[in-house]
Amino acid sequence: MSHYEMVIGLEVHAQLNTNTKLFCGCSTQFGAAVNSNVCPVCLGMPGALPVLNKDAVTMAVQAGIALQCDIQRESVFARKNYFYPDLPKGYQISQFELPVCLSGFLDIDVDGVSKRIGITRIHMEEDAGKLLHQGAMGIADSTHSLVDLNRACTPLIEIVSEPDMRSAAEARAYVETLRRILRTIGVNDGNLEEGSMRVDINISLRRPGEQRYGTRCEVKNVNSFRSIDRAIAAEFNRQQDILESGGIVVQQTRNYHDDTQTTTPLRDKEDAHDYRYFPEPDLLPLILSDERIRSIRDAMPPLPQAIIERYSDLGLSRVDSDILIEELEMRHFFEECLQAAGDVSAKEICKWVIGDLNALLKPKGGFDAPVIAASHFVRLLTLIATDKVSGKMAKEMLAQMIDTGKSADDLLATMGGGQISDESALLDMVKQVMAENQDVVDKVKAGKTASANFLMGQVMKRSQGKAKPDLVMSLIMSEIK
Amino acid sequence: MKELFVSAVEIGKRLKNRSLTCKQVLDATYQRIDAVDHQVKAYVSLMTESAYQQADAVDKLLDAGQELGPLAGVPIAIKDNICTKGYRTTCSSKMLEHFVAPYDATVMTKLHQGHLISIGKTNLDEFAMGSSTENSAFFTSRNPWNLDYVPGGSSGGSSAAVVAGEAFLSLGSDTGGSIRQPASFCGIVGIKPSYGRVSRYGLVAFASSLDQIGPFTRTVEDAAHILNVICGSDPLDSTSADLPPVDFSSALGKDIKGLKIGVPREMMGDKVALDVREAIEKALDVYRSLGATVDIIDFDMFEYAVSTYYIIAPAEASANLARFDGVRYGYRDMSAKNLKDMFTQSRGQGFGHEVQRRILLGTYVLSSGYYDAYYLRAQKVRTLIKDRFAKFFSQYDVMITPTSPSAAFKVGDHASDPLAMYLADIATIPANMAGLPGMSIPCGFSKDGLPIGLQILGKAYDELTVLKAGDAYQHATQFHLQQPAMNRVEAI
Repeated sequence: MSHYEMVIGLEVHAQLNTNTKLFCGCSTQFGAAVNSNVCPVCLGMPGALPVLNKDAVTMAVQAGIALQCDIQRESVFARKNYFYPDLPKGYQISQFELPVCLSGFLDIDVDGVSKRIGITRIHMEEDAGKLLHQGAMGIADSTHSLVDLNRACTPLIEIVSEPDMRSAAEARAYVETLRRILRTIGVNDGNLEEGSMRVDINISLRRPGEQRYGTRCEVKNVNSFRSIDRAIAAEFNRQQDILESGGIVVQQTRNYHDDTQTTTPLRDKEDAHDYRYFPEPDLLPLILSDERIRSIRDAMPPLPQAIIERYSDLGLSRVDSDILIEELEMRHFFEECLQAAGDVSAKEICKWVIGDLNALLKPKGGFDAPVIAASHFVRLLTLIATDKVSGKMAKEMLAQMIDTGKSADDLLATMGGGQISDESALLDMVKQVMAENQDVVDKVKAGKTASANFLMGQVMKRSQGKAKPDLVMSLIMSEIK
Repeated sequence: MKELFVSAVEIGKRLKNRSLTCKQVLDATYQRIDAVDHQVKAYVSLMTESAYQQADAVDKLLDAGQELGPLAGVPIAIKDNICTKGYRTTCSSKMLEHFVAPYDATVMTKLHQGHLISIGKTNLDEFAMGSSTENSAFFTSRNPWNLDYVPGGSSGGSSAAVVAGEAFLSLGSDTGGSIRQPASFCGIVGIKPSYGRVSRYGLVAFASSLDQIGPFTRTVEDAAHILNVICGSDPLDSTSADLPPVDFSSALGKDIKGLKIGVPREMMGDKVALDVREAIEKALDVYRSLGATVDIIDFDMFEYAVSTYYIIAPAEASANLARFDGVRYGYRDMSAKNLKDMFTQSRGQGFGHEVQRRILLGTYVLSSGYYDAYYLRAQKVRTLIKDRFAKFFSQYDVMITPTSPSAAFKVGDHASDPLAMYLADIATIPANMAGLPGMSIPCGFSKDGLPIGLQILGKAYDELTVLKAGDAYQHATQFHLQQPAMNRVEAI
């Protein structure tokens, strides 16, 4: 057990899911050809001016509402000045003294224990571009670098937490919970690897019971959930070693390296940039009327907790609910099915969506643009519920529906009708099969009931798979007795 | 062509009645540029090809009897800090010497829609920082009234071109007086509209909260008509004012009986040259004779405005000019061996001294530890200046001052003393600080025979009253009709 307690605060940058950039009309699409999503504004051409994207404002406010923040009636954009080749204007338009959201919180759960983490602020800002180092893997040893400004000016929110976390598990739970909320309300796609969510970790150590915080370091370049744990462990150990050997932790910004699981200094506090923030004169203060905030609040998509409660009322398990919350597009399809459900239970729909449908759609692009309409899918489930087809038949039919685009009813017609649940018709088949397989019948009679499955298989074969399985079985058993 | 020196509205009439064609007027204008620009040095570059294409198109429309605006077909010069697609926009800086903007400023689109013919780009103090064009990285423009004198600045090329018959009107930009002061020095009309009247989209920014595009013209009437073309809200400029369109020509030919004029005492004292004061006194007499009332009042804000301006403008400039880093466009020192050297050497060599001075000044006042004492305080003073003007305009219709404390000075006279140069903007800066419309009109001549300008300030978005006051004065006087010696017919 360590002699030190860790204190963690997080700064999370989340890219907003807008179609266009924060201050111009260029597309935010990921993976476009180098420098193709650019214009005079995001290239920082002389004379070009920023115009604020209203959708980005809406999303920032949605995030603030989801995190229980005070939405500010007036916030101000500011210029953050520094030189770097990926920063076209020589300043980043951000928010400084007056951000759009203040003082919220996020409840996390670690091993069944709930904890409230304070949110200091959320502010909006534009992203920078990307350097492409030539002649080497990274900037070291490269001969020169090129600049791709597709990402420049894409909208971000920076969510700054209070230093309320005391373990890597809490930090991770915070990021996971945050990611889930932002994804669920549709403002961020939660992709740490692609950089649409980036986490900076502020960490300091102190003796348990100590009131004051120790000197903190900020750890950057943490780009997966796994590396959150590892980076915190690495930095905790480093600071602990310093303190235990009587040293002093220097306030620094440090870079985390996942390959070696170490952190190295990026810059000391003394070298910290003086960003010379001042209010951006090219943009008016952002004024949000009560009316506007109310309408955003009213149109808010449900938060994960509300969805879980609703699904629980519909009879879904927590595991299934979690899957549906994680898989956004799948959940949208599921919700569409619920609209058309009729007699089919939510639980049944969920079972099929998460199970067979998911498996069948995977090679066909999944639920992004499902090749089967929710109404067609629900119709198939209705046929099961009304004994028109068996589960086994339904699986085959579903595959065919996806392959051919035909409806369940059409398929049923070409198959010459649905499930046979007429007892007298089935009884004839059962009697024939039993007569032809007297040896098996004897075995069953001798107590080897599992052999009845063979008889049922024969009946299914004879009926071309359309016999109602449970009915066949009960007929076999009652005939044998 | 005899009509080189008539007003833009006048030439527009002759184009409309087809006694002249756009091509003839354009030919004559370019011939005039050929003849005198080696002396006047108004132009950095010409837009000959597109000008002739436009002239041809407008001639066809007029031949076909199309109803076009009063300035259709009239040649106009453009200050070289306004982006023109396909033509160089240099800001008279080595940094942008070869820069060709990939887009047109909104004001260029408006000129095109008004069927004016853009003929070339005019010289300025580098990045509009200066009062004489002596800070141009290329050359100093000359005052057509006396070529030993500066034309004023920073829009000196634009003002000189209009006086010398090298354009019928022109566009400039005004951050602390850069339209009004050169208009005053050159004896023409220059108006800085209210902040937000004209889109800044495509104007290379000097100080974003102060910059405003405006015209140079030979008459107030011309000014009203060109404002009709260039004003209007623009979705590309968040700071442009979303106001219903105004017909500025409705201010023309109006009676000004009862107009209430306030004249700040501090701008009629010994800070101002005697010949300038005398000219303004006479102009005030003209106004009295037209039925206006004139009160000399205490205002006491002008000096504060200058100090405040030289904090806010450099602060904004230090950020606005950060984009010139040698990475994407503009000058790059190719000998640089690493990133830091590329930044510092490109900027060190690409920017002239005055620009570097203001970037340093601006960087300093925004630095942590100094921000509150300088920038924040300056913003508070700026608010006080605005409030003071609001109070003034609750009692008066317009304020009148000299545009500049003196007439034009000789090339080289102030070059070594930046502070003296800064103080020359004392009368014009307050309008930028408060976002007000301000116009300079000619009202006399100095003892050396150089023009003197009268400044009329109005309340925000009240260009109409400013124009009304200026137009009435021009109906009662002849100063705007005077021509420098180089314009006499026998000299052409």
